[in-house]
Amino acid sequence: MHLAAVDLARMQFAFTVGFHIIFPAFSIGLASYLAVLDGLWNFTGRSVYLDLFNYWKKIFAINFGMGVVSGLVLSYEFGTNWSVFSDKTGPVIGPLMGYEVLTAFFLEAGFLGVMLFGEGRVSPKLRLFASCMVALGTAISAFWITAANSWMQTPQGFAINADGQFTPADWFAVIFNPSFPYRFIHMTLAAYLTTAFAVGAVAALHFLRGHRTPAVEKMFSMAMWMAVLVAPVQIMVGDQHGLNTLEYQPAKIAAIEGHFKTESGAPLILFGLPDAAAGRVNYAVQIPHLGALILTHDWNGSFRGLDAFPKENWPPVAIPFWSFRIMVGIGFAMLGLGLWGLYCRWRGALFKNVWLHRAALAMGPSGFVAIIAGWTTTETGRQPFTVYGLLTTAQSASPVQAPAVGASLAAFVVVYLALFGMGLYYMAKLMNRPPSPHEPADISGPSHAAGLTPAPGIAVSREAGR
Amino acid sequence: MSAPFDLPTIWAGLIAVAILAYVVLDGFDLGIGVIFPFFEGKQQRDEAMNSVAPVWDGNETWLVLGGGGLLAAFPLAYAIVMPALYPLVIAMLLGLVFRGVAFEFRFRADTSAFLWDWAFFLGSLVAAFAQGVMLGALVQGIKISGRAYAGGWLDWLTPFSLLTGVALVCGYALLGATWLIYKTERGTQRQAFALAKPLAPLMLGLIAVVSLWTPFLNDAYWRLWFGFPGNLALAPLPLACGALGLWLIKLLADGEREIAPFLTAQALFLLCYIGIGISFYPYIVPRSVTIAAAAAPDASLSFLLAGAIVLIPIIFAYTGYAYYIFRGKVGQAGYH
Repeated sequence: MHLAAVDLARMQFAFTVGFHIIFPAFSIGLASYLAVLDGLWNFTGRSVYLDLFNYWKKIFAINFGMGVVSGLVLSYEFGTNWSVFSDKTGPVIGPLMGYEVLTAFFLEAGFLGVMLFGEGRVSPKLRLFASCMVALGTAISAFWITAANSWMQTPQGFAINADGQFTPADWFAVIFNPSFPYRFIHMTLAAYLTTAFAVGAVAALHFLRGHRTPAVEKMFSMAMWMAVLVAPVQIMVGDQHGLNTLEYQPAKIAAIEGHFKTESGAPLILFGLPDAAAGRVNYAVQIPHLGALILTHDWNGSFRGLDAFPKENWPPVAIPFWSFRIMVGIGFAMLGLGLWGLYCRWRGALFKNVWLHRAALAMGPSGFVAIIAGWTTTETGRQPFTVYGLLTTAQSASPVQAPAVGASLAAFVVVYLALFGMGLYYMAKLMNRPPSPHEPADISGPSHAAGLTPAPGIAVSREAGR
Repeated sequence: MSAPFDLPTIWAGLIAVAILAYVVLDGFDLGIGVIFPFFEGKQQRDEAMNSVAPVWDGNETWLVLGGGGLLAAFPLAYAIVMPALYPLVIAMLLGLVFRGVAFEFRFRADTSAFLWDWAFFLGSLVAAFAQGVMLGALVQGIKISGRAYAGGWLDWLTPFSLLTGVALVCGYALLGATWLIYKTERGTQRQAFALAKPLAPLMLGLIAVVSLWTPFLNDAYWRLWFGFPGNLALAPLPLACGALGLWLIKLLADGEREIAPFLTAQALFLLCYIGIGISFYPYIVPRSVTIAAAAAPDASLSFLLAGAIVLIPIIFAYTGYAYYIFRGKVGQAGYH
């Protein structure tokens, strides 16, 4: 098979960014979870919250470090593989990503060390403040990155100069572009749900092994509350996000829905095999009128099919069609588990129902899969553009020959699988052990933690100096 | 020429400071990785690694700030340099990833610790060498056409760039060895002295060769460094460099001062950095693209500058505080 440099560059970006997103998504969710645990410990004084805080913060430390290292690669990959894109959009998205770097470093420098190593060294209130600032910092990082991505999806507030560069005309319009609020909220909730299901699965694992301790019960209960409360909200936000996409990126919606023809009262295609060449979905299982009802909120509403767009501007239909169904399927499965958990709670069987625990364990990785499926949908769905409607992916690529891109892709695959595989193994090792009463606060290892700043070491040396 | 303190000049200065901070700070901890195999046994190696454990990741912050700043402030330069140095950038990143996780995992692993020792050594070596070759590739010039890189993917590979790669590896190794002289005791310190003694004259020689070779690469460098009377104004730089180098060799031979060799080696780096900066100016991609031509519009530069002038000094202050806290000897089980 002959692959052009641009295809290899796309595969490389998909691989590295797909690997990367797992870590920050878990960091965003875990940071908020840790802040909540620290808050509950501060206000109730119940040791179970402190034990859980100390248990999850060790996992957070490894995860955070891997997020930082895999993110470092991305900040250079824009230049190596997408140099024309960097030149043209740098004046707009460069400062957005610059703010992400600055705020992330600032909050890490100030607070990550105190949060991870503050136990017994600073007052509980100060440690709680640090935990909240770390949670806020991860959310601010997500804010800037989703702002940059959303601007690429729904660009506005820019001008184009004589060199063909996008230049900022109105920063407020650039940042708060039409798809940004939806994408930011959808992503943040996804991070929360992902974390809830990961936490719930760890609790379920220890239930199934017979460790029904107060800490395990507490984390399972909290995870199930999150599932039943956040999953429906996420489904509603996702629906709104879809309507926004219909307005600004109608071809993406047409691909997701598998609608090749513009029609009124369109059905909702549940499953089928999209055939872009023939312009139809084979073996479609569909519900009449439901597609129109969801997207236009009108039984006989009409929205544009792919035939309304020139074929060279079609996204690769099958990919967003399937990745969207995976994401939505997981979303409803999450809601189902949340409702089941609520029912079991009402019947007093939340900590006893073995099948519920088995299901929760099986769904542990579901959030990560849903996040990757969701990003696949939105990123392949906006093809063939990087800046929607204005700059194509093919135009964005670097003038680098295929062997260089292919070799670096192979190197990334080998190194990422080996190194981050080890990281996941160390995290799994920590999760495999139940939280103990009086969970130790110390993080083993050298006198610092994961992260990019010397702050953790400061706390340690202060302690050592006493 | 525009006004001396317009936004592009301020940003060029900020990025130059970020890269200098990176070289000064990460140079010695990469160097420790380079000389890591010369330390025998777990105890010496733990001591060497612990001496940078609290600070190494903060040091790498500056690399991210440099790269991110270049994209935001000089997107054209970023778009030309990254494809031109493609395999080097990738190699450097993978090297840094390797040594970064080696730091985390070495202390968690039981039987596989030796693997992470190798990862730490090789990752550091690859990252240092790639950075050195990148420097040489930039100095010798990059072929562009319009707003894009116009060369092949191995154009950077020349005897000159390989030499600068070796020179930077030696330089970082020297910084690493002198850092360990300052930070460790007994056997580890003796070993660090033994390594630094040959590295110092070697690095001085490499600086001399690279410096003498550079003017032959390009007429502009020749006129800058050898053209009369401009060379009189620049002459103190190579002279100071030579004097510092000889002073460093003497310090190491005496073997009495512990922190002076490290500071002298860093001063030598600073002088070389200034020399390179003089050769570059006013270009950001040497001899192809000037700082002014590569700059993003003022609206971009001022927007990010507002955040940078608040946050960068705070990061500096925090870094300084961390080094102050960790002053003194590391000891065998970490700082005490």
